[in-house]
Amino acid sequence: MTQSQGETLETTPLHALHKALGARMVPFAGYEMPVQYPAGILKEHEQCRARAALFDVSHMGQAVLRGPNVEAALETLVPGDIEGLGVDRMRYTQFTNEAGGILDDLMVTRRADRLFLVVNAARKAHDFAHLERHLAPRGCTLEILAARALLALQGPAAAAAIARIVPGAERLEFMAGADLRAGDVPVYVSRSGYTGEDGFEISVAAESADAFARRLLSEAEVAPAGLGARDSLRLEAGLCLYGHDIDETTSPIEAGLAWSIARRRREQGGFPGAARIRRELAEGAARRRVGLRPEGRVPAREGTEITDESGKPVGTVTSGGFGATAGGPVAMGYVAPEAAKPGTRVNFLVRGEARPGAVVKMPFVPHRYAKG
Amino acid sequence: MAKKYTKEHEWIEVAGTVGTVGISDYAQEQLGDVVFVELPKVGATVAKNGQIAVVESVKAASEIYAPVSGTVAAVNEALAKEPALVNQSAEDKGWFFKIALSDPGELAGLMDAAAYKKFTEGKA
Repeated sequence: MTQSQGETLETTPLHALHKALGARMVPFAGYEMPVQYPAGILKEHEQCRARAALFDVSHMGQAVLRGPNVEAALETLVPGDIEGLGVDRMRYTQFTNEAGGILDDLMVTRRADRLFLVVNAARKAHDFAHLERHLAPRGCTLEILAARALLALQGPAAAAAIARIVPGAERLEFMAGADLRAGDVPVYVSRSGYTGEDGFEISVAAESADAFARRLLSEAEVAPAGLGARDSLRLEAGLCLYGHDIDETTSPIEAGLAWSIARRRREQGGFPGAARIRRELAEGAARRRVGLRPEGRVPAREGTEITDESGKPVGTVTSGGFGATAGGPVAMGYVAPEAAKPGTRVNFLVRGEARPGAVVKMPFVPHRYAKG
Repeated sequence: MAKKYTKEHEWIEVAGTVGTVGISDYAQEQLGDVVFVELPKVGATVAKNGQIAVVESVKAASEIYAPVSGTVAAVNEALAKEPALVNQSAEDKGWFFKIALSDPGELAGLMDAAAYKKFTEGKA
C-alpha cells in the first residue's frame, strides 16, 4: 500500500466517481485505483455473488489490431485458436515466450475486420511493444484505445440491470460481444468477466464513462466493488492473476490452461515456446497449478511454502486469501505432479507453523456463466 | 485508567495491574474486514514491542505488538467465532488479550487518545 517517492499515478475516467463514492484508493499497476468502497471487501464480494457489482477496470489495456490476415499474424504470438473464432466471439489466450513461459494473458475478440484485445494493466506497455515489434513487419497496425474506459458489471442480476440501460446486451451469449447503445452513447459490450459469475464487460468512450457508470449504479441491483473484491472473486473462481499465478517462468500447461489451446494449435505449433508446451502436453509438466484448501481459518497467502505430510517441500502458494463465498481460506499454487491429485494432504508453513490442508479441485465456487 | 495507544495502533486500558489490549478503530478501518485473529496463549510472557498476535484481514496478515511487557492473563475467545468483532467494536468487544504488567512504568511512553488522534491525522 505504499508507493515510491515521486511516482506519478495515472487515473481512470471514473476517478471522480470513486472519490464521490468514498473509495479507498491505492496504487495499482501505475494507476490510483479503488481497492474498496465503504461497504468493504467482504460485502462487495457478496454483492457480486448475490446481485450485481460494478468494477472499474479502465486501467487494463484495450487495443485494436488490424492487418492482412490479422488472425494468423496474432497466432504467431499466442497458442490460442484465433482463426477459428467467429465474428464478435472472444477467447482467452496468452502471449508466450520462446521458453514457453507466459508474457501476459489476454482476451481476444474477432471483429469483422480487426481484432480487439484486452490485456493486463501492469503488462500493457510491454504487450503493445511486443505486438508492434513482431506484427508491424507483417503489415499489422496496432491502435491503442487509451481514451476508452472499461467497466465490468458482474453477478446474477447483471443481465436484468444492463437490459434497462443497454437494450440487447442481455441477449448476448457467453464470450460474445456486440456494438450496442446506452441511449445516445455507443458502447461495446461482451458477456464475459473475471468473477465466475454471469456478467458483462463494457468498453465506453472516456468522456461518457462517468455518466454511464452512474446510470448503472442507479439500478437497484447494482453496487460498486473494488479491486479487493475482484481479487477474492477471481480466486474463488480459480482464475489466474498475472504476475502471481502465471509469469514468464510458468507454462500454460503447468498453469492448467491447456484447455485454452485448441487441437489445431497443439498439432501445428507455430507460436513461441511451442516445443516446451507440446512436450508438456505429451509427457506432463514438472509442476501443476492446483487449488488448495487450508483447514481452519488461517489463510495461506502468496509465497507460503507447501510440504507433504512428511514435511518435504512440494510447492508454493501463488495466490491465497479468504473466500467469502467458500466460507474459509482458499488458495492456489504450484505443486510437484505427485502432490497434484485432488485430495492430497499437504501442510502450509504459515509463520513457521505447519498447518494442514488439502489439494482440491477448482473452482472453489461453481462458475455461473450464461448458458449458451 | 484511560486508554493509551501505541504508534503501531494497539490500545491498552489498565485496571489495577492488568491491561486489556486491542487494536484501534483507526487500525481496523485501515485493515478492512478481519477474518481471523491469532491470539497468544494464556501464560505466555512478552516484552514490550514483541510480536504477540496476528490479525488476518481479507487483504493481508498484520502483526500485533505488545504495548507493554508482561504475562498474558486471558484472551478474547469470542474472536475465534466472530473475528468481525474487531471491525464492529475494535476498542471494546473486539479486544484481543489481557496482560499482567511487569513494568507499569512503560505506560508513560504511550499516547493518550488526543495525542493518538493527532498522530493518525498526521498520517492521513
